Amino acid sequence: MGSKRHFRVWRGDSSGGDLQDFDVEVNEGEVVLDVIHRLQATETPDLACRWNCKAGKCGSCSMEINGKPKLGCMTRMSTFEEDETVTITPLRTFPIIRDLVTDVSYNYEKARETPAFAPPAGLKPGEYRMQQIDVERSQEFRKCIECFLCQNTCHVVRDHEENKEAFAGPRFFIRAAELDMHPLDAKSDRKEYAKEHQGLGYCNITKCCTEVCPEHIKITDNAIIPMKERVVDRRYDPLVWLGRKIFRRDQLENEPAHAGVGGSGGGENMAPSNSRGVTGDAAGVPHSSGRLPEPPHLGPDGKLDVAELLSQRPGGPSPFGDEQTFPLPADRVTYHHPEPGKDDDPDQGGREH
Amino acid sequence: MTTTATRPDAGRSRAAIAAKTLRTDRWWFPPLITFLGLGAWVTYATVRVFMHKWYFVEEYHYLTPFYSPCITERCVPEAALFGRFLPDWWIIPEASLTLPFLLLFRLTCYYYRKAYYRAFWMSPPACAVPDGHQKYTGETRFPLLGQNLHRYAFYAAGIISVINTYDAIIAFRSGDGGFGFGLGNIILVGNVVMLWAYTISCHSCRHIIGGRLKHFSKHPVRYRMWGFVSRLNAKHMQLAWITLGTLALTDFYVMAVSAGWISDLRFIG
Ligand code: SF4
Ligand code: SF4
Ligand code: FES
Repeated sequence: MGSKRHFRVWRGDSSGGDLQDFDVEVNEGEVVLDVIHRLQATETPDLACRWNCKAGKCGSCSMEINGKPKLGCMTRMSTFEEDETVTITPLRTFPIIRDLVTDVSYNYEKARETPAFAPPAGLKPGEYRMQQIDVERSQEFRKCIECFLCQNTCHVVRDHEENKEAFAGPRFFIRAAELDMHPLDAKSDRKEYAKEHQGLGYCNITKCCTEVCPEHIKITDNAIIPMKERVVDRRYDPLVWLGRKIFRRDQLENEPAHAGVGGSGGGENMAPSNSRGVTGDAAGVPHSSGRLPEPPHLGPDGKLDVAELLSQRPGGPSPFGDEQTFPLPADRVTYHHPEPGKDDDPDQGGREH
Repeated sequence: MTTTATRPDAGRSRAAIAAKTLRTDRWWFPPLITFLGLGAWVTYATVRVFMHKWYFVEEYHYLTPFYSPCITERCVPEAALFGRFLPDWWIIPEASLTLPFLLLFRLTCYYYRKAYYRAFWMSPPACAVPDGHQKYTGETRFPLLGQNLHRYAFYAAGIISVINTYDAIIAFRSGDGGFGFGLGNIILVGNVVMLWAYTISCHSCRHIIGGRLKHFSKHPVRYRMWGFVSRLNAKHMQLAWITLGTLALTDFYVMAVSAGWISDLRFIG
């Protein structure tokens, strides 16, 4: 049977806020996110919280529970004592939007800056062949659900806002490692990139990212330290440096020979993307001059339109418009078929779906 | 119902949470024991290194790892397998050839870095607990840029482990020069085995042995070695502490036998 437990939840927005006290019923098997939902259903219908899957797979419900960065949907109430007060706060490292919702644009902007996978020259999609043991290491990092708990916990940006420009954070170190260890990635200077543009040197391997990762990715041992060692290979190893000078052996063994070679800064092909994102968080733009998150459109009474409730049928409206029937007539199709000539023949256009 | 939406205002600041940390567990406990443990060990080692006595049991050829190889003029000739070429000045440790490298190896070790950054430098003391410093540049500048020397310290530590192994082997000796075997031998060998395990489990070793490769499939032998080192590497922290223990124990045992506080428990000879 359920029992009442005591909670403190941070409520507010960027103009300020505080911890508010609630007594909420908790039933067996429930998680912290259930409690948030019960609060929304009862005392505080306007409590803001981001969530999607309630299965620890979407990475939306990141919050701090008793000071520890965790997924709300994966934190069981049974891990607390009956009489323990549970304090729930938003992620500290990112600008607050409201209540438990923060603006995590920093992470998306750092993601945009990271150069994408580059297939080897001469290989067409469909011709990629890899062996399992070669992709194993990269696969660990693909488990990432982008909850950004690691980014939030890392003291480099959590305690030093000014480092945001120089430091990409553990989530993007695993991305760099994933691609550097990828058997088919043709870019050989990801280590240089990690050092020069991601600020790998800021990490002092204190392992908090690994401690909070809900996917149990060994971020520090399997990505950051190997990347630091790879940087040592290229930059701080006098033997390698000498060998390179003498034999002009510019590539480490077994790396594709056609990739770009960089001096400092990672070479031309490893320049970070110019794409900056809109809020400027990742570029270190001070909060006051970054672009603001946009509010939803409010009606004259200050309330949101909730279209779904008014719709005659269940589910959201069709993105093609409600009057559409399928298959689409050829003249309504708005894209070109990639193969020449196909556009002219509606029967072979591959448009019907 | 109250309003359903707020307009974000121009602040774009972090959530105003007054408490520096809201952690309710004993987050200060691990850094505290690390601080005490490392502090105690360093104190013991410093005292012992500058004691300049009780480092050798001549009868059974037990030499403490803190004095190996013994290279000052003060050394007992039987213990000085590499010659005695350094002056007899108190500030010079008997093992001046190896101690600086061992110190560098442990100081730049990826595990000890975590341990002392947290416990001594408070950067950060624990996760989601604020860093004790205003400014932070991590390992991007001198002197911490020097942490990248870990690899060379690892090479040196490998060589020193060979010397320690030799010390442990020639200690199988009885009082009259024949084969002998006592409790001291078990301790010396145990220490050397653990030192090897710690040294091989090093992150730099893991990288050199195979981690740096892009295609494991082309290097099956190195891949297997990498797998082995990776398994050891997962225990690097435990091995770091175990070797501190075995080093101190070995040294203490040799000191106790050498000073005559106890006598070696002999099984053979
Ligand atoms: S190990 Fe490095 S990246 Fe991870 S939390 Fe610590 S400083 Fe940040
Ligand atoms: S690495 Fe782990 S903690 Fe970081 S974003 Fe991915 S899943 Fe979350
Ligand atoms: S709601 Fe998807 S991870 Fe928690």
